[in-house]
Amino acid sequence: MSVQILGLKEINGPLVVLDGVKDVGYDEMAELSLDNGTHRTARVVQIDGDRVVLQVFEGTNALSLGNTRTSFRGHPMELPLSPELLGRIFNGAGAPIDGLGPVFAEKREDINGHPLNPVSREYPLNYIRTGISSIDALVTLIRGQKLPIFSGSGMNHNKLAAQIVKQAQISEDKGEKFAVVFAAMGVKNDVADYFKRQFEESGVLERVVMFLNLSSDPIIERILTPRCALTAAEYLAYELNMHILVILTDMTSYAEALREFSSSKGEIPGRKGYPGYLYSDLASIYERAGIVKGVGGSVTQIPILTMPNDDITHPVPDLTGYITEGQIVLDRALDQSGVYPPVSVLPSLSRLMKDGIGEGYTRADHPDVANQLFSSYAKVQDARALASVIGEEELSDADKAYLEFGRMFEKYFLNQGFDDNRTIEETLDLGWDLLSMLKKEELDRLDGKLIDRYYNPQRAERFKTQG
Amino acid sequence: MPNTVFSINGPVVKVRNTRDFSMMEMVFVGHKRLIGEVIGITDQATTIQVYESTTELKPGEPVEGSGAPLSVTLGPGLLTNIYDGIERPLLDIAARSGAFIGEGVSVSPVDLSKKYEVTLTVHPGDRVEEGAVYATCPETPAIVHKCMLAPGLSGEIISAEPDGEYTVNDVVACLRTDDGREVPLTLLQKWPIRTPRPVSRRLPIERPLITGQRVIDTLVPIAKGGTAAIPGGFGTGKTMTQHQLAKWCDADIIVYIGCGERGNEMTQVLEEFRELIDPKSGRAMTDRTILIANTSNMPVAAREASIYTGITLAEYYRDMGYHVAIMADSTSRWAEALREISGRLEEMPAEEGFPAYLPSRLAEFYERAGYMVNLNGSEGSVTIIGAVSPQGSDFSEPVTQNTKRFVRAFWALDKSLAYARHYPAINWTTSYSEYLDELAPYYRERYGEEFLECRQRISNILAEEARLMEIVKLIGADVLPEDQKLVIETARLIRVGFLQQNAFHADDTYVPLEKQLGMMQVILYFYDSAMKLAKSGVPVSLITKTGISDDIIKLKYNVPNNQLEKLQEYYPLIDRKLSEVK
Repeated sequence: MSVQILGLKEINGPLVVLDGVKDVGYDEMAELSLDNGTHRTARVVQIDGDRVVLQVFEGTNALSLGNTRTSFRGHPMELPLSPELLGRIFNGAGAPIDGLGPVFAEKREDINGHPLNPVSREYPLNYIRTGISSIDALVTLIRGQKLPIFSGSGMNHNKLAAQIVKQAQISEDKGEKFAVVFAAMGVKNDVADYFKRQFEESGVLERVVMFLNLSSDPIIERILTPRCALTAAEYLAYELNMHILVILTDMTSYAEALREFSSSKGEIPGRKGYPGYLYSDLASIYERAGIVKGVGGSVTQIPILTMPNDDITHPVPDLTGYITEGQIVLDRALDQSGVYPPVSVLPSLSRLMKDGIGEGYTRADHPDVANQLFSSYAKVQDARALASVIGEEELSDADKAYLEFGRMFEKYFLNQGFDDNRTIEETLDLGWDLLSMLKKEELDRLDGKLIDRYYNPQRAERFKTQG
Repeated sequence: MPNTVFSINGPVVKVRNTRDFSMMEMVFVGHKRLIGEVIGITDQATTIQVYESTTELKPGEPVEGSGAPLSVTLGPGLLTNIYDGIERPLLDIAARSGAFIGEGVSVSPVDLSKKYEVTLTVHPGDRVEEGAVYATCPETPAIVHKCMLAPGLSGEIISAEPDGEYTVNDVVACLRTDDGREVPLTLLQKWPIRTPRPVSRRLPIERPLITGQRVIDTLVPIAKGGTAAIPGGFGTGKTMTQHQLAKWCDADIIVYIGCGERGNEMTQVLEEFRELIDPKSGRAMTDRTILIANTSNMPVAAREASIYTGITLAEYYRDMGYHVAIMADSTSRWAEALREISGRLEEMPAEEGFPAYLPSRLAEFYERAGYMVNLNGSEGSVTIIGAVSPQGSDFSEPVTQNTKRFVRAFWALDKSLAYARHYPAINWTTSYSEYLDELAPYYRERYGEEFLECRQRISNILAEEARLMEIVKLIGADVLPEDQKLVIETARLIRVGFLQQNAFHADDTYVPLEKQLGMMQVILYFYDSAMKLAKSGVPVSLITKTGISDDIIKLKYNVPNNQLEKLQEYYPLIDRKLSEVK
């Protein structure tokens, strides 16, 4: 360890300023030793000649201008990596908290990563079967994709994420290895426990790497949490050739931590007080999903974020949507009417599905069925809007049929149990059953051949008897 | 005394007490030789924005000037290539530093060892002016590259090599300028990215950029040399629309700038363009394309530069007499890069944290479009089509509003259309094109009054529908009189059968103007014939029951682009089906 610097020049929120520092690099790590024998970690965030600004991960409580010695480590923040990561639990800054001791590192990597060269990316094509009809049929998840869940406080996004993890791994075959990297940022203790229990029950715990930054943990660590998690994910995917599903929850807490940090640095705020670089910062996380050419593994991301006040135009969901390849939006009205998972179909989207479904991937009729379901369900909304003005009785027969279709679609297609794991055939057949409720002329997104093959009003009989 | 780094804050680096640098000069920072640009000078400190990550950079590391502003290298080898925001070829970077982009990689933008079949077009003793072509070579099978005297150079050719194979750095001719300097001419030249390349004069706009997309060509056309903005929230299909235009518009050269967008999308463009065949030249699309990919996780300062790099490359090909179209996806990311750097410089923010100079920067960019007479007398154009990603899908935000002031075609993407999977989700009521009047003579010359008349009637029916839908929303469709129901039904045919276009269908992905006109005529013929029935009291529900609507909607799939005579079959079909009603 190099020279120690006695004392501090200035303390401001999580930031401390040192004077007379030489030979320190931007982004370098430092260690603060307090007189009482405790240590804190910090990172260089600004350099002006020999004046250096550090951000202290654990906060600046109990620091004074005189009671610390600072030493610099000579390298940026790195995460020790080895296959032993699997099954371990770390805090938000990558230190083990499961009592099993430190990880014996085979290599260390800068947690900020490097941008993946677009020419070295492989375009994602293979779909991941989640066993959830609304997702498989309408917002298909593709390996190497980043597909966030836009939710709100009190909705069961955690349950949905747990179900995806539980069911997605089953479709793994051909000897491919699958693992989960789970990063919790500012989540409640109960939520972290819930995921731990779910991983245990579905028997994947020994293939999960957990990074936990609970809501009471320091916010600076929260900013590091997704980066540590993705560094671990990239290592497992690109060096050990595993297929990694990364769950990041909750990105809103992450962005809030970033805002807090930014304002303590005195930066000029952008929209709603978030720093102007929020987009670039979120991108540096989300863009770490993907597949590298010539490498066996992949990194798939499912970030979860709670939209403050269910507002999809809030900066966090808004900027996320601009970076990610689609979104799964949960709807409070559906949730309240007991539909699980409450996927709001119309604003949900998977940008990569068009190339990963259909002949050779799922089933030849998949793109058209998905298209038709979207289009018909959009008409349900029109009919409902009209019904709320003039009453259901006054509607035309066609509109009444749409209302009925909408009800059954939500009841049978969207709604499914936590243990209900549907195959893609079951899901698509169910889609045809529902479309068969409508008149043939209404199916304007399907061509004649498909209609001849699958369309049959008899299929819809069961909805009538129960309706 | 050598200049050294004094302070570091993200991509902004300062050097103290120096008078060595000039504004916008390109500099090399640190031992890794990171590329940067001088963006501010005071007598105390020179401010540099660095185009690469500054992690591990230390104060005291050397900063070295290049003596020239940030420039791009221009010459054969640009086409088919893919660059980052400061014209570094990504394929070569991948070969050097692997799948992840390292710092300080210095590679030539064009292949230095490739030999081109060069034909000299000048002889010793020729008097040549700036912009004159002195050599040509086939750059790709589709495009002939013309090496031109850089602006500002003129004089007499004193020697010229024979035709033959040369690399880009070989001297093929020598020029003696008027002040007696001898300038060796290679196939390359440099040009600073923030300075527009000079032209002889601007021409009025009068030719459309045909895109093969019905809603654009028919309702809101764009001209060659024009500017258009595509604003839309996420998921409304900005990128899809840009891809469609890049694939099918009738420009000679496409410069596609992926500015702060997704990595996987750029990979898709790369793969797709390699497989696609350009209908005009019969060659791969990549042969006429330059890609600039500065994805959202690549350094933000290079994102700011990527737009200028792109437009400079475009102007260079325009100078050769080509029609170039630029797709910038997305200009909002570029504006955000401006904001981010402005914040680091602690400048006074204007609206929503954007710097006060945002409008003037946008204007500077869009004004580089145009239909020009070049210095060498040839004519070429640069068309700019910029995507805008409004925050929160709110078109009143500063980037959208300021862009609106500087573009003349505005293609507003609509969330509700996208939710209903109506693509392209260009809203026909809020979009507009100011080019209609200027392009009218072109349409008139080719198609007589017919095209413009059909267009006007189609847009009237859509406007009428929008008005009627206000009523329908309140009281339902049943109470409308039959003729108004027919307006709604016809508008549906227009929306589903004409405006909706399937990018994945082999015939529907690109539709020539002749077919667009034919489709409008069929729809309007149906409208006129059915209107007679509706006026005489025949219920519209009986008309739709004949299935004629369905036939017209499927017309786009059933009449291939090369068998337009099939359109004629629809007139007797409409007559027959309508005669069944009664």
